[in-house]
Amino acid sequence: MDWGLAIFYFFAALAVVGGVMMITRKNAVHAAVYLVLTFVSVAAIYIILGAEFLFAVQVLVYAGGIMVLFLFVIMLVNLEEPRRFSGGRLRLMTSAVVTLLLFGMLARLFARSDGGHAPIVAAPAAEGNLQLVGALLFTDYLLPFEVVSVLLLVAMIGAIVLGRPRA
Amino acid sequence: MAIPQSHLLILSLVLLTIGVVGVLVRRNVIIILMSIELILNAANLNFVAYSGHWQNLTGQIWGVFNITIAAAEVAVGLAIVIALFRNRETVNVDEMNLMKW
Repeated sequence: MDWGLAIFYFFAALAVVGGVMMITRKNAVHAAVYLVLTFVSVAAIYIILGAEFLFAVQVLVYAGGIMVLFLFVIMLVNLEEPRRFSGGRLRLMTSAVVTLLLFGMLARLFARSDGGHAPIVAAPAAEGNLQLVGALLFTDYLLPFEVVSVLLLVAMIGAIVLGRPRA
Repeated sequence: MAIPQSHLLILSLVLLTIGVVGVLVRRNVIIILMSIELILNAANLNFVAYSGHWQNLTGQIWGVFNITIAAAEVAVGLAIVIALFRNRETVNVDEMNLMKW
């Protein structure tokens, strides 16, 4: 058994377990901690695939920033969820059917795709992944990069306006 | 050393499905937001998988944008949760049935 493959399966299993535990926990803080497990596992898979820059961004932004934001809000509004599911049998059935349909369709599509192998992206000797991504970000993708920065500014202002106590 | 492309896609599909189930079944708006984060992460994994498959960094660039958008979405979403909680004292989506009052 290939070690790289074994490590991939280990982190894949960890990510799935974290996700399942996240949606089944009653306590929101426990759910958030399991979500961190999933994020870190996915970040490890980015490393295996050679996406070092995305690994760093994932750990810093997701496991760091976003999860701290979540935990902060959970502390502020912590309330028990009254019932696990309130929609009745019909809505539960509809949800199950829709989810299974989505899963089945995409699984069929993915199973039929060419089935090649994702080689571990070997970074060229002269430049690392970070250098290549940075160069692309500031040349070919400069406009989306600037647009996204404006989006972040808008989101920040929006969050401040929404979170401000009403006068 | 190579990971079968279909295994990566199946992993991202499983994460996506878990996120969809979370959105559909849970009533706590904070858990629903976390499930949406999981869905975005699954999409990101797909981007990176295809980036490796085609030996092209474009997928990773869009992964960075995806993470940025996830951060913006969470900031606004949680601000809405706090504003709602201040007015309605609830995080249960079934009780969030008014746009204005």
